[in-house]
Amino acid sequence: MKTDITGLNKLFENRVRLGIMSILAVNDSCDFNDLKDSLSVTDGNLASHLKALEESDIIRVNKQFIGRKPNTSYSITENGASLFKIHINALENLIKQR
Amino acid sequence: METRTDYSDDIKTIKRIMEESSRFLSLSGLSGIFSGFLAILGGLFVYFLMMQNGTNLKIEILAVALSVLVLALSGSFYFSIRKARMKGLKVWTPVSRRLLLNLFIPLATGGFFILILYIENQLQLIVPAMLIFYGLSLVSAGKFTYSEIFYLGVAELITGFLAAIFQDFFIWFWIFGFGFLHVIYGLIMYRKYQG
Repeated sequence: MKTDITGLNKLFENRVRLGIMSILAVNDSCDFNDLKDSLSVTDGNLASHLKALEESDIIRVNKQFIGRKPNTSYSITENGASLFKIHINALENLIKQR
Repeated sequence: METRTDYSDDIKTIKRIMEESSRFLSLSGLSGIFSGFLAILGGLFVYFLMMQNGTNLKIEILAVALSVLVLALSGSFYFSIRKARMKGLKVWTPVSRRLLLNLFIPLATGGFFILILYIENQLQLIVPAMLIFYGLSLVSAGKFTYSEIFYLGVAELITGFLAAIFQDFFIWFWIFGFGFLHVIYGLIMYRKYQG
């Protein structure tokens, strides 16, 4: 298990990943370019974090064609949603504890 | 090891991103004030036209209504784009697209319905229908922007039903619903969200 003693999840420690999770937690799905614009990160940086989250079954990838253009969108898995919730609760507890 | 301030920064960032990615936050109070004053002017002008009771009254009222609609919509877009620029936010986002879709489905439905009423000469139901469909549009758009829009929508719905009951006073309900309520809402939004 990647959760440490405080309840924080190592998977979400990075700022870009927190951003990805925040967006996907409140949207059914979001495509690559919209994520990139919202978070102001480079393609490569975003792609590597998305890959890591995908491999840990936190997010799901949906590839499809819109007309002739390939479009990759992402959504949160149930597992991801519950882990992210635990992570946020842990953050809030840490702030309260001082 | 992260410090406590880092954690509260994290939480703040999470909340900000969640809010920005699920709600369109560039609606400007100025749009409300501008549209409201336009509607009051338009309403009074129609009242004046009815007093005159010219031969082309039906066409004249339609022309005033369409002008108010076009000017009010343009004003709203203009003030929203301006506010987004000032806050460094983007205007064309997945949220704003959803907002527009949810706004325009009931609004366009109402528009077509009113067009049919107009053609069929069921004029007494036009103002109530305008207020009711506009109220529904705002209620449906409210999920994607400031929650005040939802309450403005409910107020428009109530005004619409009253207008349907007291049909003789339709012009005053129209001025109240599209004029007065917009100005009040715009002033509240302008003060609460600084813009």
